[in-house]
Amino acid sequence: MSTDTDNTDNTDFYSRFQAGTSEGEQGLRLRSEISAEELMREVGAVLRMSEADVALLEDHPDDDETMIINMGPQHPSTHGVLRLMLELQGETVLRCKPVIGYLHTGMEKTGEQLTYAQGSTNVTRMDYVSPLANELVFSMATEKLLGIDDEIPERAVWIRMLLAELNRMSSHLLFMATNGMDLGAVSMMIYGWREREEVLRFFQEVTGLRMNHNYIRPGGVAADLPAGWRDSVMRLLDLLPDRLEEYDTLMTGQPIWRERLQGVGVITPTEALALGATGPILRSTGVEWDLRRDQPYLHYDEMDFDVIVGSYGDCFDRYAIRLAEIRESMEIVRQILDRMPSGNYRIQDKKVTPPPRARIDESMEALIHHFKIFTEGFKVPEGEVYVAVESPRGEIGCYIASDGSANPYRMHMRDPSFVNIQCLPHMMRGGLVADAVAVISSVDPVLGGVDR
Amino acid sequence: MTTETSEAELAETFGCPATDSCGQQVLFPSREQYLEVIGALADAGYSMCVDLTGVDYLEYFDRPLPEGVEAERFEVVVNLLAIARRSRVRVRVQVPESDASLASLFDIYPGTEAMEREVFDMFGISFDDHPDLTRILMPEDWLGHPLRKDYEVGRIPVQFKGVSQ
Repeated sequence: MSTDTDNTDNTDFYSRFQAGTSEGEQGLRLRSEISAEELMREVGAVLRMSEADVALLEDHPDDDETMIINMGPQHPSTHGVLRLMLELQGETVLRCKPVIGYLHTGMEKTGEQLTYAQGSTNVTRMDYVSPLANELVFSMATEKLLGIDDEIPERAVWIRMLLAELNRMSSHLLFMATNGMDLGAVSMMIYGWREREEVLRFFQEVTGLRMNHNYIRPGGVAADLPAGWRDSVMRLLDLLPDRLEEYDTLMTGQPIWRERLQGVGVITPTEALALGATGPILRSTGVEWDLRRDQPYLHYDEMDFDVIVGSYGDCFDRYAIRLAEIRESMEIVRQILDRMPSGNYRIQDKKVTPPPRARIDESMEALIHHFKIFTEGFKVPEGEVYVAVESPRGEIGCYIASDGSANPYRMHMRDPSFVNIQCLPHMMRGGLVADAVAVISSVDPVLGGVDR
Repeated sequence: MTTETSEAELAETFGCPATDSCGQQVLFPSREQYLEVIGALADAGYSMCVDLTGVDYLEYFDRPLPEGVEAERFEVVVNLLAIARRSRVRVRVQVPESDASLASLFDIYPGTEAMEREVFDMFGISFDDHPDLTRILMPEDWLGHPLRKDYEVGRIPVQFKGVSQ
């Protein structure tokens, strides 16, 4: 970083970036501070309703009847650094506004500075609970631009599927833990973390890291599966069914658990579609939409699995869907174990893949080639592409615009948490403040993905 | 939902150029047609707006565009999804630097509220009739729009909220 800018004339320095826009407060404003018309627009914006619908709402309390409180960003149950501003009338939530950005580190901007070969290191840190889904969608988008998406070796495709499904399991197990914790079932927290750790241990065996793997890369995966991987997966598959039974005993049939979740945070299919919600939230309303089945990628079209849907769109449905999806993912993993082919784990395309380590010792050209891929990266043809896959939280999409160089001209991630979090005001309206935590938890946002 | 209207037919009705990018249909309406085209797509079964984002083409102005589309500095990219038909369509609309504004899709797809705020925050493109156009990821007193290409990386001192410069 250069130091030629003098701190005293920062005003001039910043003025280059002024766009002549007027930014207002991001927070929730008092009702007395805004006119009736503005209020209607604002309530509509917060609740994502048309003004006509807002006019039909019957509550127009004065400010002395309501209270605006801040929940977060440090509240332990808000999954990281989510801040909610809640307008309460007694115990009832009237308006709610998520204020985000506390974890914003400009990763899309960073993505423009990194080459495609380095890109998966960056994207894996976005939604850090399902890093492999991020890497997968980024790699698929890059491959599509390169035109090699049909040439990825079979083994790499199956390894990708194996890891994506195990990642779905680890992510949903984490949801079980945090959901339990948020609702006061603290022992569930320990159980959820414990089982997730088992899955992460397998990831560590395969990728070297528990999180932020950088394992799925454009062209294939970083390394072949280690010896004994099949036993590790089998051990996992033997271990989990009993543990999931325990969850059922501990929570699913338990009256307190049901009382806390059933009928709380209800959302209708129309609302979910209008808000762009995907994943378990959309499915909880009864809309059968799973990209793995409906717009298949990898080899999901050859897999036999069920798409789990709910019928009430409440927190309990979202909990039950995720629990059932762990079981479905285990089914898919079993099928993958039966069909895992042998062969290359990355494409043998000199343009994308660096030469193997052994070649570097014997050939000067291989050394130069290796060096070039890691310093300059590989060039990707001009074009733009949008690829979407089903992450544990919903549709994760990657939009890349390429100008023909080795860096993406623009790399945008459509993160499911960012969109799903917009459902919160809708789900919370009219509910109790004690249920607010249950609602946040059932949306399962990951703030690393929300803020990027 | 109306019967099967293909995107190509729609494009023809509005006279806006259409291309195919990596197997996905892309429409290029003008700024004036934008709301109408999106509205027609919504009527044709595109019930969900999955993504709305922006691109700043300052350093890559001569990108390939179909005939009849005049390149401008900014582009807003909208990805729509038709669940019943299992199809996607992408809409790219050019937004000039001199008047960086576009109609808001809030009335058609309320879920675009946050995405439009993000584009506003990152690119400084304002959306007409957006109910709450404020910054979303950056602090509200931040100067500049980080994803613009003339916003340099690493040269901007970190701005702290509430500290006088």
